[in-house]
Amino acid sequence: MPKLKQAILKSRNRGMIREEMLKQINEIFIDTLDNEDIVVEESTKAEDVDDWDSLTHILLVVAIEKHFKISFKSNEIQNWNDVGEMMDCIQEKGI
Amino acid sequence: MAIKLVRNQIKVKDFLQLKKNLKKDFSSLKTIKLAVLGDTATQFLTQALRGLGYDHGFNLEIWEADFNQIERQVYDLSSDLFEFKPDLVLIFQSSHKLLGKYNKLDPEKQTSLATDELDAIDTMYSNITNHLSAKIIYYNYTEIDDSIFGNYANKTEASFLFQLRKLNYELMVMASKKPNLYLCDLSTLQNQEGKRCVFQPSMYVSTEMVLSIDILPYVAEKSIDLIKAINGKIKKCVILDLDNTTWGGVIGDDGLENIQIGNLGIGKAFSEFQYWIKKLKNRGIIVAVCSKNTESIAKEPFEKHPDMVLRLTDISVFIANWENKVDNIRQIQSILNIGFDSMVFLDDNPFERNIVRENIPDICIPELPEDPANYLEYLYGLNLFETVSFSNEDAERTKLYQIEAERVKVQKKFTNEDDFLANLDMTSEIKPFNKFNRPRVAQLSQRTNQFNLRTIRYSEGDIERISKSKDYATFTFTLEDKFGDNGLICVIILHKEDKESLFIDTWFMSCRVLKRDMENFVLNTILDYAKENGFLYIKGEYIPTAKNAMVKDLYPDFGFKKNDPYYILEVKNAKIKTSHIKIKK
Repeated sequence: MPKLKQAILKSRNRGMIREEMLKQINEIFIDTLDNEDIVVEESTKAEDVDDWDSLTHILLVVAIEKHFKISFKSNEIQNWNDVGEMMDCIQEKGI
Repeated sequence: MAIKLVRNQIKVKDFLQLKKNLKKDFSSLKTIKLAVLGDTATQFLTQALRGLGYDHGFNLEIWEADFNQIERQVYDLSSDLFEFKPDLVLIFQSSHKLLGKYNKLDPEKQTSLATDELDAIDTMYSNITNHLSAKIIYYNYTEIDDSIFGNYANKTEASFLFQLRKLNYELMVMASKKPNLYLCDLSTLQNQEGKRCVFQPSMYVSTEMVLSIDILPYVAEKSIDLIKAINGKIKKCVILDLDNTTWGGVIGDDGLENIQIGNLGIGKAFSEFQYWIKKLKNRGIIVAVCSKNTESIAKEPFEKHPDMVLRLTDISVFIANWENKVDNIRQIQSILNIGFDSMVFLDDNPFERNIVRENIPDICIPELPEDPANYLEYLYGLNLFETVSFSNEDAERTKLYQIEAERVKVQKKFTNEDDFLANLDMTSEIKPFNKFNRPRVAQLSQRTNQFNLRTIRYSEGDIERISKSKDYATFTFTLEDKFGDNGLICVIILHKEDKESLFIDTWFMSCRVLKRDMENFVLNTILDYAKENGFLYIKGEYIPTAKNAMVKDLYPDFGFKKNDPYYILEVKNAKIKTSHIKIKK
């Protein structure tokens, strides 16, 4: 998986950053939930993805934290309604 | 995570890798029923346990109590826990919940937190072991200092830290007295890996889970180590390389005065390493040497160097030559007569390690760090020598194997096996189970794999229960000869099924005493007992395992008639077998 920052350097606009980030998050979902078929969009909610429950959510959070080298606050973890909001939160941390 | 540990050749897997194991086929693996009871959320822990169990050959069939249901499950005899009939019950009461209890206590009651908890654990233990034949694994407490008293907590009985440490200490005292209580040392794990790694506050706050995702595989390792030992999978022998493993430098090149040991160079690292090996030897681990050296030169430091901790008397088998190490290790194995999977090979040279690993995949070969200064910390972290028993005979083992080497020499002088055996002046002492031999009987039960007809593992608690039951007759056998005493080497448990029939519930024997007519002597003893007590039939069973093929035909060879799955011997038709062993009065 290419590091996001390198990708950001190559991309010139915000849309492309989001696109690259989504691609990487999609990879994390596939790896963590062990399911090659997963395709996430910004509008994807937990109920749209098999096995994305409150337990696996923790695994996803930990994997995303490791990948982007960030840490979420505990109230952030519980408050995302969809993947897009999760990405907003990641971007707020300077990514 | 700080340092990635290497066990056998495999790195500790991360949690997701363990989770992927869950999809694999467990059907051919040994099934163990494990109940998990926790006061915090344990779903990930059970996934890690089952996943890691797969890598160690276990199909852990896990029943998990609903979150925070420990008391209800343990005190209600009709609960799911008792219905599940587990082999093992794992109880995980977390330090965080303990702190929660402490926080709610009136100040005058804070000093009795540890005692109250111990009483509760004691009652749980009794209730479980009185109604289930299960062993209990209890996680001890990781330290939390709430910093109310600072360092003064150590002088203040009412402090949380004081109570927590007292609880951990008293748990050890309790476990030393309760044969079916095993502590899994999470506290040590936290000391090794650090609290930051063990505990992730944001996860705890949002999920009630107290173990971080990163530490889960390590907690699972620590638990599986214990489960393996309970099931008889233990390491019995360590094989040492010499140059740059046991001492610094090369004895053949540097000479006796210049090898690094004691105060010379980085000798301290090797001296401390040798003390560690010596302690293992005193605990009953067999120490062997396998070195590419001229034998006389390799032995010189053991005989003459004033700073050597290890001496030749500590080494059961010493092999130094210029042959390859694979053959030499095979020779050590054949002398000791134990499985490769119970051996550890320590060698600083990656080339030697790889050659041995490729040819003998079962042997455990740690990737010793390049800097000898790191040997010990690295080896501490691997926890290679987990055990569930310790008896005085362990300390004697080295001598026993040295005596065996002597016997092998004498045997070569006799062309006729019978003459050799008659010449040994063998005697055997027969005793029922008693409080003195119980630890040794339990230990043999855990670790005897080859001469073991049914391989039912009994703990000390089980042995005590059996010895008190009128339905069983028990026998232990020692074997002594003119070279020395082998100690207690064979155990028989007879189950009186009815007035006519005696079932050989258990027959196992140490491989140290093979080919000495011991099995004939034992069968004669069983026959005598059957006749004296009016039994008509002796019933035996052979349950095959990966390791006990040597006794596959024991019963038919003795004239038992097959009656699937059992073998039956009619007492009146049975003939007394010849044996050169006499009963020691």
